[in-house]
Amino acid sequence: MDEQLQATPICGRHRALNALMAPFGGWDMPIQYEGIIAEHSWCRTQASLFDICHMGEFIFQGDFEAGGLEDVFTFSVKTIPLGRSRYGFLLNEQGGIIDDLIVFRMAEDKVMIVVNAATAPKDFAAIKGRLKGGSFTDITAATGKLDLQGPLSRYVMVELFGEEVARIPYFKFITVTILGVEAIVSRTGYTGELGYEIFISSDKVCELWDLFLQDERVKPAGLGARDVLRLEVGYSLYGSDIDEETTPLEAGLESFVNFDKNFVGKDALLRLKEQGVARKKVAFEVNGRRSPRHHYEICFEGETVGNVTSGVFSPMLGKGIGIGFIKPELASIGTPLTIRHERVSMEATVCELPFFRDGSVRA
Amino acid sequence: MSIYFTKEHEWVKVKDGIGAVGISEHAAHELGDITFVELPKMGAVVKQFGVLGSIESVKAASDIFAPVSGKVIKVNEALEVAPEIVNESAEDAGWMAWVEIADESELKNLMTQEQYDDYLKSL
Repeated sequence: MDEQLQATPICGRHRALNALMAPFGGWDMPIQYEGIIAEHSWCRTQASLFDICHMGEFIFQGDFEAGGLEDVFTFSVKTIPLGRSRYGFLLNEQGGIIDDLIVFRMAEDKVMIVVNAATAPKDFAAIKGRLKGGSFTDITAATGKLDLQGPLSRYVMVELFGEEVARIPYFKFITVTILGVEAIVSRTGYTGELGYEIFISSDKVCELWDLFLQDERVKPAGLGARDVLRLEVGYSLYGSDIDEETTPLEAGLESFVNFDKNFVGKDALLRLKEQGVARKKVAFEVNGRRSPRHHYEICFEGETVGNVTSGVFSPMLGKGIGIGFIKPELASIGTPLTIRHERVSMEATVCELPFFRDGSVRA
Repeated sequence: MSIYFTKEHEWVKVKDGIGAVGISEHAAHELGDITFVELPKMGAVVKQFGVLGSIESVKAASDIFAPVSGKVIKVNEALEVAPEIVNESAEDAGWMAWVEIADESELKNLMTQEQYDDYLKSL
């Protein structure tokens, strides 16, 4: 095994459960326990527990405007109400996405920034380079993160942590005492189901993992199931669907960009808006059970017009689904495409996102 | 009936000149949840170690190679709607095709059960 890989505090539990482990974003992570489809199905119908300790957490404390934080992201930080979180981007000067992230408004002068694992070091450097004041710290190592996701997750949470958890609306969070320490319980996730992300001191996270698994409605799920779940609801995966070469305009994520404020990359995006984008994200459904996969070619009338960035067999739809980038003039709903790779060829049709619409996320 | 294996983890069970073909339990386990099986066409003539079909799981896509040369005389259509049968019973109900074996001497290019078990241990 690669000596560079980091292990989460839960790693021993994964091994004890005989999980299939693989490197992800520089971490040794569980891909599956009993099987990707069984874990996917459990999350859509019960409650699944994910070890997400690999993700990065940073704290900024200070004056958002004087400290420069207000201009760092594609959205305004100072207008996030206390106890709420907001999704958006950290861009480079060319408008390319350095990372997609969520900012939690903890206090009048304090936010927590939650970023992807693989990008955490470069995110930290990029943000720090743009700040003019305030304190900025990386708390990843001290912070554990578990996601409990699925239609039954609210019952499980309320029984363990009290009635106040039941009233957290989507994209809001509260502070709760869990196992004797202050933890953040946020109504967010990456599955399209009702669910919570829990941030707790890394030395308590293993105990919390065990506590959740004592409930028979809860089973662990790996990153394999997580990828199927997120793609069914059309969430982008950093490094596959979006990266530094991709702007939010091409990726159909303009609604997370606030052009009424300043941010790094804004000039480039405004120019691109005027010129028009050269490629655009599309979602497509395959006519059959074959899976499109990352890097497969997208063809239209025999010509290659783009490539697949994410693809999977959707258990909910019973067919292959995918996301890719193609020429904008072909991106309209209903366009027939052919997905190709070596000997593999499958017919597909451009469709709307999300693929799967009946999740409990806003329940 | 005798069973033989390829290094690519296909098996063939031979009886009266007919070979039933599938992938090994080891291969099915390694692939994880199988979501799609591409079966050969009826009547297709396949060559030993040539492409017979393909199989996809949530994790990966791979070709299936013919353990023996011959003509495809039967395919397991149940796999088209329920490919998970391969996970449940890779070396029995999860068979993929029957091949009319053109040349039984090709079987010497394959591994016996015992040889295959040793081969798996060596991987």
